[in-house]
Amino acid sequence: MGGAGAIQVPATSLLALAAILFCIGLYGALTRRNLIIVLVSIELMLNAANINLVTFSRLGASPGLHGQVFALFTITVAAAEIAVGLALLLAAFRTRRSTHVEDMDQHKW
Amino acid sequence: MAAHAWLVPLLPLVAYVFLLVLGRRAPEWLVAGVSTALTFISFLLSLGVFRDAGQPATYTFPWLHVGSYTLEAGIQVTRLNALMLVVVSAVSTLVLLFSKGYMHGDERFAVFYQYLNLFVFSMLALVIAPNLLQLYIFWEMVGLCSYLLVGFWFFKPEAALAAKKSFIVTRIGDAGLFAGIIMLFLASGSFDVTTVLQAAANHQLHLGWISNDGLLVLTAILVFVGAVGKSAQFPLHVWLPDAMEGPTPVSALIHAATMVAAGVYLVARMYPLFAASQAALTTVAWIGGFTALLAALIALTQRDIKRVIAYSTISQLGYMMLGLGVGAYAAGVFHLFTHAFFKALLFLAAGSLIHALGTQDLFEMGGLRRKMPVTFWTFLAGALSLSGIFPFAGFWSKDDILAGALRHGHPALYAIGLVTAFCTAYYIFRAFFLAFAGPARDAEKHARAHEGGWVMTVPLVILGILATIAGFFNSPLNGYGLGKFLTPDLSLYQTGLGGYMAPERADVTVMLISVLVGLAGIALAAALYARPAAVDRIASEGKAEDIGPLYRLSYRKFYFDEIYYAVVVAPGKFIAAVVDGFDRYVVDGLVHLVRRIVYLAGLCLKYTQTGQVQAYGTVAAVALVVIIAIAMIRAGGVF
Repeated sequence: MGGAGAIQVPATSLLALAAILFCIGLYGALTRRNLIIVLVSIELMLNAANINLVTFSRLGASPGLHGQVFALFTITVAAAEIAVGLALLLAAFRTRRSTHVEDMDQHKW
Repeated sequence: MAAHAWLVPLLPLVAYVFLLVLGRRAPEWLVAGVSTALTFISFLLSLGVFRDAGQPATYTFPWLHVGSYTLEAGIQVTRLNALMLVVVSAVSTLVLLFSKGYMHGDERFAVFYQYLNLFVFSMLALVIAPNLLQLYIFWEMVGLCSYLLVGFWFFKPEAALAAKKSFIVTRIGDAGLFAGIIMLFLASGSFDVTTVLQAAANHQLHLGWISNDGLLVLTAILVFVGAVGKSAQFPLHVWLPDAMEGPTPVSALIHAATMVAAGVYLVARMYPLFAASQAALTTVAWIGGFTALLAALIALTQRDIKRVIAYSTISQLGYMMLGLGVGAYAAGVFHLFTHAFFKALLFLAAGSLIHALGTQDLFEMGGLRRKMPVTFWTFLAGALSLSGIFPFAGFWSKDDILAGALRHGHPALYAIGLVTAFCTAYYIFRAFFLAFAGPARDAEKHARAHEGGWVMTVPLVILGILATIAGFFNSPLNGYGLGKFLTPDLSLYQTGLGGYMAPERADVTVMLISVLVGLAGIALAAALYARPAAVDRIASEGKAEDIGPLYRLSYRKFYFDEIYYAVVVAPGKFIAAVVDGFDRYVVDGLVHLVRRIVYLAGLCLKYTQTGQVQAYGTVAAVALVVIIAIAMIRAGGVF
């Protein structure tokens, strides 16, 4: 893969980047109080997964474009997800006058 | 005609279904009319069946295949069955007609007729059942109908209790009968009555280690237990008097045709089985004799007119059992035949009195001779018949039984029968004089009293005639025709009783003694209750003053209810209370303990449910890491 003169990045670096990105996203999703930031963090985790898909598509016995196509799909789904997520956020804000995660606790005992 | 005998029980069933579908909307005359008409057609068909009855005719079809055994259902017409068909349908028709007047205005009029029709259907079907299992099914249906009808006025607590009592007490007998049927099936390999009786008569019953003779006695006694329950013999006689809580036409039906007759019929039907074992016959005879005397003694002092007649039924059923037990088969069945008529008559006449006065207490009646002449004359016919006075029906049949007891070497039973006859004449005429003679003891009720409409008087008159003449069917005048008609049923089996089934000639001495004893009873009753001088004494008896211990013993029915309560019901209640406590505190306690543990655990764990998605997410993420770590370590490390 890759044309002449392309920089060959080792797969381990790419996987490490994805792992770091995923952890930042997870940390953000679990700790941030603002729902918008939580959504952004979830996007980070999705993108970490995308990097993994692209990386693994270069490896293996028969490298191909499947992983990259899959990443495109994920981006599409992520776009749809963020649209729905923001709509929910707006609805929640209208009823509760807040976008804070700790206020969303109707299911408490 | 025998092939059409299945129509006989079917017609009341049609009436039942008709009422089930349309009854509530139909007017009273239609309800009563359809029921009476269909049962009357049944009666006419029965007469046809009876006329043609000869050798047993069986018509069956395969019903159930169980393993290699095929159970057949169908009908069987023997001479005994044909006779029963006639008696049951005749009495039922008249009772159905009478009920039109008696139940007039009851808001569940149609339901009453429904039950009556089902009752009649069950009894008719029972009578022509060809196998024991089918017989048992209808046997239970008869019990069910009697439960429904005794408890017809279920809003009265006594009626509900009486219904329950009759059902439970007869159920004890039914359990015996069922055990007997199972044993007979195992021993003979068939439910078919003819086959079973054939095997019993030929001493070919086999079951495990029990000897043939032992098996005969055991099964006969078990079957007899069923008859004891149904026919209210000692010691299961306690339900019948309580069953008086039902409407009076029901009492007439239960006592004359449909319920208690089933027990005697069963013994007669299974007679070759009993005849094969002397011990069983002796048991039947002595239980019958003892019951006859016991019930007659209780009846001496009862003040409820229906109870007097109820105890007389028990007593007369005892006679029938006595007759069958001593070997006078025809006499026992003959007494069932005549008894059906005069007992239905007495009950319907009592119903007429109750309908007119609104009371069942004899001491509130009196002086009704002129006000209710039809009831007076018909009741008199019934009472004379019951007392066994020549030439009324009861005379011939009771005398047959007494003569049979003497002829077959049971002088003790004959003596018991004679004492009972005396008591019988006394108590029924006591009731008669209290109701009709003397001055009116309750002027207000007396003023209202009147004869019922034609639907009530016509059955009375017909039954009155029958109670007078029915005895001639088996008298020396026609050469004991009924006995000769019935005995060929038994000659199919080697009973060893063929020689003394029906008497060849009348025993005039025995007849004379019975009549004299009966007349003496009547004379005593007349002396005590009919003379003008007796008014004060009756008044004091009416208030239950100054009664001696013997009087009280009889009036309290020898304390049977109390004894049974103390011996059976109270321990039963105690055991029930113990079991209830065990269930409530041990079984339920365990369940509650488990519930409490779960509840406490939930109480502790519920605080983890914060509702914070991020908290759950953290837990899930940490747990995932832990699981992955464990999996990796188990797989041998990362590197």
